[in-house]
This record gives sequence, structure tokens and C-alpha cells, in this order.
Amino acid sequence: MDLLSFSRGLGLKVAIAIFCMGVAWRILAFVLLKIRRDFNKPRESILKYSIGGLITTMARSWPHREFIGRTGPGEALGYSYHLGLFAVVLLFTPHILFLGSLFGFTWPGLPSSVITIISVLTLTLFLAVLFRRVTNPVMRMLSNFDDYFSWFVTMLVLVTGLAATAHVGAPYETLLAIHILSVDLLLIWFPFGKLMHAFYIMPSRAINGALLARKGATS
Amino acid sequence: MNDVLVPALTPAARVAGAMKGFAQEIGALSAFRMESCIHCGICAEACHYYIATEDPQYTPIWKIEPFKQAYKREASALAPLYRLFGFKREVTADQLTQWQHLLFDSCNMCGRCSLICPMGIDVAELIEQSRHAMFEAGLAPKELYDKAAHQQLTGQPEASAEPYRDQLLAIGLKFDVPVPMDQPDVDIMLCVPRTDIEHYPTAVAALARVMQYLRCSCTFRSDGLVAENYGYYAGGKDWQRDISLRLIDQAIECHAKILLIPECGHAYTALRWEAADLYGRALPFKVLSVTEFLGEELKAGRLKLGPSTLGTATFQDPCELRRKGGVNEAPRALMKAMKVDLRELENHGGFSFCCGGGGGVLDIEQAKPLRYRTVEVKLREIDATGAQTLMTSCSDCRRTFDDAQAHFSWDKRPQSLLELVADNLLGSNRSDSGATP
Repeated sequence: MDLLSFSRGLGLKVAIAIFCMGVAWRILAFVLLKIRRDFNKPRESILKYSIGGLITTMARSWPHREFIGRTGPGEALGYSYHLGLFAVVLLFTPHILFLGSLFGFTWPGLPSSVITIISVLTLTLFLAVLFRRVTNPVMRMLSNFDDYFSWFVTMLVLVTGLAATAHVGAPYETLLAIHILSVDLLLIWFPFGKLMHAFYIMPSRAINGALLARKGATS
Repeated sequence: MNDVLVPALTPAARVAGAMKGFAQEIGALSAFRMESCIHCGICAEACHYYIATEDPQYTPIWKIEPFKQAYKREASALAPLYRLFGFKREVTADQLTQWQHLLFDSCNMCGRCSLICPMGIDVAELIEQSRHAMFEAGLAPKELYDKAAHQQLTGQPEASAEPYRDQLLAIGLKFDVPVPMDQPDVDIMLCVPRTDIEHYPTAVAALARVMQYLRCSCTFRSDGLVAENYGYYAGGKDWQRDISLRLIDQAIECHAKILLIPECGHAYTALRWEAADLYGRALPFKVLSVTEFLGEELKAGRLKLGPSTLGTATFQDPCELRRKGGVNEAPRALMKAMKVDLRELENHGGFSFCCGGGGGVLDIEQAKPLRYRTVEVKLREIDATGAQTLMTSCSDCRRTFDDAQAHFSWDKRPQSLLELVADNLLGSNRSDSGATP
């Protein structure tokens, strides 16, 4: 079995299995903890506070007016590289074809040249994010191995992808194998670190937003 | 006051107590919140302690770090891996002692950080839970511990020369207003912040006067007078329950349909949003803050207010009432009815900065220097409005501003919204004469 076959065969299967089991375990581990009943009479009806939760889910993607002066640049940086990643993962035609083989349907992609530009921009934003993490005193204090390793594995996928597209440094098949191996690594690491926030972000916003809305509190 | 001592525990007992206290708090929701943190540090930008000092240790989520560490090491999905590879060390007694400053001296539990988190984490809730653990570790600040212990035992946070009951009746006599006491069967049970008894008797008189004006069937109860809950501040959950139970039992005994919380933010949270959980079932009466009660009476047309002569004013929204409690429209509706020329703060409503005294911080002596730095953030905002008067509806906010006034020789004294209402009741002699007590 050559490297490419391994990376997209057994390697990918093992990575997906670890990803699925790990994600399920991470979620089950706290879902199975006790859920306290709240006996305090809600201010709002269940419909109203459910809507409050949904609104928070969307609203937290944009800072409140009161905070934007202090958080705007950091949040813009954060959301921009996420958007870049989404575009590269979901709108690059080879990725669409690969995902289509898994899900059974495809969608239109962007031209390769556009994806390359987006990738380079995203790569630059990734470096800026790292720079900010190590230079901002608050972020530096909060950061641990998980933050840096999660950054590294995501960056690796981006860099190897760019290298494979540009055919730089090695034969295409080797570059592609390395790229897919980096995806395998990301999938394996995913449930062990902060990348899990991809699964947490919407439920977390919705639940906490609904709980605040239950009281009529600001969210 | 009886001498009450914060328990002197061995380091091992401190850690065990903290872990036990925290384990009791860990449910699916708190675990989810701790799992969700992405270490972005944005919560720092909402916190007036960080804004005033730029010291990273005041980042709200960092204030729960030992407990996040303990959760990940002991109870999370990856706990065995964290222990095996030493990614999360055991929490130490030294670490907990160090964190006392972060959890008590430098946090008002105001909840502003909970509004900024892109993951939607309610950081303030986690801090409150961490305080419970610190209490079990014997690390509640002495001032809060002593008052909580005294209140749990006697109903009063501190001994007083005269029992509060007698002081209340004396206030009624002094201000010539009936103070109903120990009535057996009423619609509304009243209680009072001891801050008002000791510092602002005019607020007590205002409450009694408004109730008289509205012809409410109401009473104070000798055995459940004090609105504050020092158990809530200190993190002593059992004491918080016992202190709440005094009021709950009395409200049930006098068949009250409403327990009316005076101008006291944290008392509102303790009774409106936490008491039923500690009681173990829904409360058989409504809990209303006096501000929202007056707002309802205004809306119903029973409360009629004349124009005040206040001039320009700005309003400090108490965090526990507004941001965390959902008392949203009432204060401004009341001020509008009195034709107050309101100049809003730059950060107002649910986004208002805390006065700096909430969460028991006002009582903690060692927190004073830092508190003054955070209060400055607020004072600058107030001054920037150009308003002549600062109004609020929380006696702790009021006391914090009064203290700041003395410390900084500030040119404003805070005023109570309730007192303003009492001064402008339409059709009463007071409104007609414009008299003040």
C-alpha cells in the first residue's frame, strides 16, 4: 500500500472512526451529568425564551455596540479566518467531489485561482492569529498546549493543501498524500482539543441565551 | 456581634473542601460551559477590573481556572488522559488561596462578561459556583463569612444596638408614616436592606409611604426583615438557603401573595432567581422588586406621579436587577412619568458597568484599593453625561457611590428612585408641598 492509498484508505477510515467516537464521547460525558431542574418561575413563556436562545445563537456572531470598540479587530480576525477555512473546505471543487462521494450530492465551487487567493489570505490570517495569541497578555495567559497544537494541525492542512495545489516541493501524489494525512491528523486530534468548539458553539449560545431570556435578562 | 471565625483548615482539607464544593455544583450545564471555552480572552474586555487595570489576571474566565482545571482533570471526558500525560495538575491549597482575590475581591458577579463571550458562556454563573467551592475550602473573605454566619444564626448580618424591628418602627414615627409590622394576613410581605436601616432610613420611609399611598395590604415581619443574603455573597449555599427560608417561611405564614424586594439588587437575585431551587420547589408567592412593582402599578393607573424638580439625571442600572434579573422597563417608565430629564450613560441598561460594590466587594476591606480603581471607570462615565443627579434603585450601588463620593470628593450624591417616587406621589401632601423627609 502506497502513502496515498493509506492516507485516503485505512488512514482516513481510522481517523474518521476516532473522530466520530471521540466527538460522541466528549458530548456524552457531560450530557450524562445531572441536569438541575429550575424551580424559579420564568418571566417569559417557553416559546419566548426559546426564541431568545435562537436570537442569541445568531446575535453573538456580531459584538454588541457597547463592546465593539474593544473587541472589533480581534473578532474580525477570528471570524475572517473561519470564513476563509469554510470557503476553502467547502467551495474548492476537488473537496466538493470528495465530500460528494461521501454524502451523495455536490454543489457549485469557486475557481481554483480564487480558492488559492483565499487560501493565502487565510494562511496570513492564521499567522496573525498566532501572533496575537503570543503577544496579547490575556490570550497568552489563557493559552495551553491545546491552543497551539489545534492551531498547528489546522494550519498544516492549509499549508499542505496549498503545496499540493501549487505542486511545490515533491511529486503531486506525495503532496496529496501528505495533505490527506494532515486531514487525518486533524480528524484524530479534533475530539481531544478545542476544535470541538465547532460542535459546541451553536448549542452553547442557544442554551445560555434561552436561560438568560427565561429571566428576561440581557443576552 | 458574636465572634465568628473563618475555619482554619489544613491545606489538604482546603483542597478537599473546594473539590467537594465544586463537585456538588458540576452538572451538565456547568460542564458544558467549561468545555466550551476557546481561550479567546474576549471576556476581559467586558470586565471593569480588567479595563481599569489592564491586568490579565482579572480576565473573568481566568477567575475560575482552578475549577476548570479540576473539572478537566477529574470529571471531564478526557480526565484519564489529562492525568496520564500530566496536562492538568492537581489544584493546590496555595493556588486556591491565591484565587481568593480573583473570585471575591475582584469580581462583582455583575454578569457583564456573560454578554460578550462568543461561545455564549455564562461566566458569571461559573464564578458564583466557584465561590461555593471557595466557601467549602474555608476561603470566603472574613467580612462576608462573618456576616453570613451571623445572619444565618440570627437573621441579621450584624448585631445592632436596637433590634431592626424597633429601628423600623422608630423610622415610621420619625417620618410620620405607618410601618405595618407582623400583620397576620396580607397581600404583600415587605423586607428591607439593613443598608437602608443603617444608612438610608429615608428609603425605608419612602417604601412605607408608597405602600400607604397604594393602600396595599402589607406587612414587615419581625422574623424575616432583612433582604440581603450574605450566604449568597460568601458562597455558603446552605446558609444562603437558611437565610432565604426565613423570608419564605414568613411570607407563607402571613399568606402573602407577593414578597416585595426593596431596592437591593442581590437580594432580588437570591430570592427571585435562586430561592426556589434551594427551597426545592416553586415558591407559593410571587417575588417582585419594588421597582418592577411600582412599574406595574404605574401601568395599571393606580400609581400617579407628578413631575419631579430633579433637573437632569442619569441612572445606574443595578446589574442584578437589569442585566441579570430582567427588570427592564420599569425604572425608565417611572422616571418618564416624573418627567425626569434623563441623560443615559454611555454603557446603560443591560450593558451598564457595575458600581464596583456588588457581589459583597463593598464589604471586603482588602478589596478597597482595587475597588476605587474600578469605580473611577463608572464615575468618568457619569460625569460625561453632564447630569446633575445620579439615580439608582439599589442600596448597595448607592452606598458604593456614597463611599466613592467621600473618597474622591466627588460632586454627586446618589439618589434613590424609590425615594423620588415617594416624593412625587400625585395627590399626596408630599407631592403637593415638594417636601423631603
